[in-house]
Amino acid sequence: MSLPTPLSKPAIDLDNIRYVLATDCGSTTTKAILVERVGDSWRQTQRAEAPTTVEEPFADVTIGVSNALTEIGELAGRRFIDDRGAIIRRTHAEDPEGCDIYISTSSAGGGLQMVVAGVVAQMTAASAKRAALGAGAIVMDTIAANDKRKPHERIQRIRELRPDMVLISGGTDGGNVQQVVQIAEQIAPAKPRPRFGGEYELPVIYAGNREAAEQVRAIFGGRGEKGFDLAVVDNLRPTLEEENLGPARDKIHDVFLEHVMAHAPGYDRLISWSDAPIMPTPGAVGDILQRIAERDGLNAVCVDIGGATTDVFSVFGGTFNRTVSANLGMSYSISNVCAEAGMDNVLRWVHIAMDERELRNRVKNKMIRPTTIPQSAEALVFEQAVAREALRLAYVQHKEFATTLKGVQQQRTVGDLFAQSSSGQSIVDDMRLDLLVASGGVLSHAPRMEQTAAMLVDSFEPQGFTQLAKDSIFMMPHLGVLASVHPDAAMEVFERDCLVRLGWSVAAKGEGKWGKRCFSYRISGAVRAAGELACGDVALVRVEPEQEVEIVVEPAGGFDLGAGPGKAVSRRVKGGTVGILFDARGRPLALPSSEADRRAAVARWASVWQTV
Amino acid sequence: MAKAYTPGLKVSARTTFRARRLLPVQGEVLVKLGQVVDARDVIARTFIDGDIVPIPMAALLSVPAAEVPDLLLVKPGDTVTVGQAIARSKGIFGFGKKEIASPAGGTVESVSGTTGQMILRGPPLAVESKAYIAGTVVEIIPGEGAVVEADAVFVQGIFGIGGETLGPLRIVTPSESTTLDGSHLDAAARSISLAGAVVVGGARVTAAAVTAARKAGVAAIIAGGIDDADLRDILGYDLGVAITGTEKIGITIVVTEGFGDIAMASRTFALLKSLEGREASVNGATQIRAGVMRPEIVVARHAGDAVLAQGARPEEGALEIGTQVRLIRDPYFGLIGSVSALPNEPAVLESGSRARVLEVTIEGGQRVTVPRANIELIET
Repeated sequence: MSLPTPLSKPAIDLDNIRYVLATDCGSTTTKAILVERVGDSWRQTQRAEAPTTVEEPFADVTIGVSNALTEIGELAGRRFIDDRGAIIRRTHAEDPEGCDIYISTSSAGGGLQMVVAGVVAQMTAASAKRAALGAGAIVMDTIAANDKRKPHERIQRIRELRPDMVLISGGTDGGNVQQVVQIAEQIAPAKPRPRFGGEYELPVIYAGNREAAEQVRAIFGGRGEKGFDLAVVDNLRPTLEEENLGPARDKIHDVFLEHVMAHAPGYDRLISWSDAPIMPTPGAVGDILQRIAERDGLNAVCVDIGGATTDVFSVFGGTFNRTVSANLGMSYSISNVCAEAGMDNVLRWVHIAMDERELRNRVKNKMIRPTTIPQSAEALVFEQAVAREALRLAYVQHKEFATTLKGVQQQRTVGDLFAQSSSGQSIVDDMRLDLLVASGGVLSHAPRMEQTAAMLVDSFEPQGFTQLAKDSIFMMPHLGVLASVHPDAAMEVFERDCLVRLGWSVAAKGEGKWGKRCFSYRISGAVRAAGELACGDVALVRVEPEQEVEIVVEPAGGFDLGAGPGKAVSRRVKGGTVGILFDARGRPLALPSSEADRRAAVARWASVWQTV
Repeated sequence: MAKAYTPGLKVSARTTFRARRLLPVQGEVLVKLGQVVDARDVIARTFIDGDIVPIPMAALLSVPAAEVPDLLLVKPGDTVTVGQAIARSKGIFGFGKKEIASPAGGTVESVSGTTGQMILRGPPLAVESKAYIAGTVVEIIPGEGAVVEADAVFVQGIFGIGGETLGPLRIVTPSESTTLDGSHLDAAARSISLAGAVVVGGARVTAAAVTAARKAGVAAIIAGGIDDADLRDILGYDLGVAITGTEKIGITIVVTEGFGDIAMASRTFALLKSLEGREASVNGATQIRAGVMRPEIVVARHAGDAVLAQGARPEEGALEIGTQVRLIRDPYFGLIGSVSALPNEPAVLESGSRARVLEVTIEGGQRVTVPRANIELIET
């Protein structure tokens, strides 16, 4: 089967583009958007969705894509799909039908599932994991020489997992050869069988010590020899002090397109339709977040909470990280959230009396019937309490993963002796976080925007000034891949139609006795307001999205709002659909230990922030 | 008439059940097309590569890795037994030679001159696929297995734990709404052996009933519901993700309706009761994610069986006025009723969300409005 590659397509004339269609083929739903040039600007004008058709009886992803695009056409009054179910291209400026660009992302069939391996779990294996996650993969397991498993246990594990691809790293260039060869020797006899058919040669990417490359080649053999298709790229950890993830990430994308996608039903046709390489959905989300962060010089975090998994993306000081918390989600994984967090932690966010036995059964009933939705107000309160814990745990996992390189020798001065800083510290700094973006059902579809904002603040505990936003209709994946073809259009739509700016969290870092002064605020400009908050208090000031205000906050000694303990901060900001949420509950956020006090406090916060 | 679509679990008094019985890897198919098989018959068999035993020869011989190949007494492809000498060091001036005994039996797969590691592969392991249901072989998949077809009663559960098992059906509660506890098993065991049986209870099964069942050697329990707290006690951990079937708890449990105090659907209970004593094939394996898998109970029908009452099922997945539905979310969880209105426009729920809804007249005549996502079809 010869696959038309997007690279062979004629160059796109960006000046004459007017209609862009983008789809995201998810496991269950294919979501399509239409981006149009309206006058001088780019707008997202229509959206539609249809069930994904990767599984039997259809077994052709393009059927779902055609259905979604047909619906978009009906809504837009313009035909995009012909009678044979193929995409119509606009042939001239006045053509009444067709599009100029079609692009897509995909996470159908469970996305890209990988096993990564390295010599030391905290060093090369961690770098390999970062490369795979950054490329949008689900990392099924991380194999390392020091992972405390016996060799035969590792082999058995690889055999059972049936990954789509394996990434092997290990050793710095010129460093240890023996251990990385040993890892390769254990992966080869495991002969992991890929998910897609017996004819499929399992792609293995080697990105380790380049001096071991020849021996690794000998172990896996050439194409058609031992059932592997080995690609060798630059070492992703050439020295301990340096991580070079780009080549491995790029190769993962290539292999995803050439092997994994090409073996999934209907993808050869989808690839031939698409004007840009099809990207794994999370990879596209990461791309658009990086572009925004780079353009505006921001530190940003984006979270996408789904039914089964929660993805967290961050860009701090230009460094991008992504994590997937595989079993933290709101339907399939809801029971796991309660098991991992503990029911007490979930219930601390609930201000009404609930019976734990009854709740446990409700959680399990949601797990076995994941499509049900909360009908009563009480059920919604509980679901949003679970969401807070899922988000909190996913963020904790993200912070633990997004670290400076471990194993790096640090030069210290005398002043550092008492700083206790070491390699491997999290680069995610809540005080330096500028933008927090929410995505995923429980956040995007909360009945009130205030609920979305409160869930973000309670679970991420941002410090100082942090802008809160949500992805209006889950179009970050579409815009991520659009950015690879037409960056200007992608950025414009991101600003105008994708991001719904909820407002700002203004939160003090520090701990204090409840009732004692924490900070005061003064707002001037389009809205005028002032107030003082005691520890344990929250406040909300409505400032509309287009209104610009100046906010001055003056913390009490021991509290920090961005300029250091006790120092005043002044910021000029635009409002949002919710406004400015002032938070004097302290960081880390601690709830009262007495049940009655806790319930009263949670009820008060819900009332002030108008989440109920 | 307005229609909506919603998933429903199958409860079928008569269906053509096909079991696709495949080996995980290529092997030999032992049955022929048209052959009548018993549930316990082996359909296909293969041998998979044995376990890998890596042996750090360089370390054991105390020599650099590159010297290992010269010291071996065996070569790749040779078969070795436990304790057999596989390498011998040169010693000093020929003295103090050290012999390495193989820690396991198997075949020498490879020896690395880089790492000094020998890979030994253990003897092949047999993997078999059984028929699972008594029936006829209707398709041979060369090298992989066969499809067994049976005229059967087929009941899907909502959730289960434990894998495939077989046994005669024993109904131990008087009705579908009776909670199944230890006393029901004790009483039943006084008149008939429950060892290897598939026990059917009515409503919720208690942890005490599961304990009694395990003691009696019961193969499987079928019940309406189970408490999550009891499930945690039975498993020994809090189940996080609904991917089950591999639990090693010595019993398979299938729940037909859900978690909590909930009666088994009357039709399901009546159907199983009519099959008292017949051999049932049960699988608790459940996967609730893309490509959902539900637990099942299958009973092959005999040639002389009377045709059991078949439930009238509306068009597959169709929802219309009068359709019998079960409400599957609080505040009405477990209630059964019939659809009395299907408004087209979304409505605002008490939670504040907007969703498409329907109106259901529940037992007692009360009319309630619920989201369409919160019901499932049941057969009448």
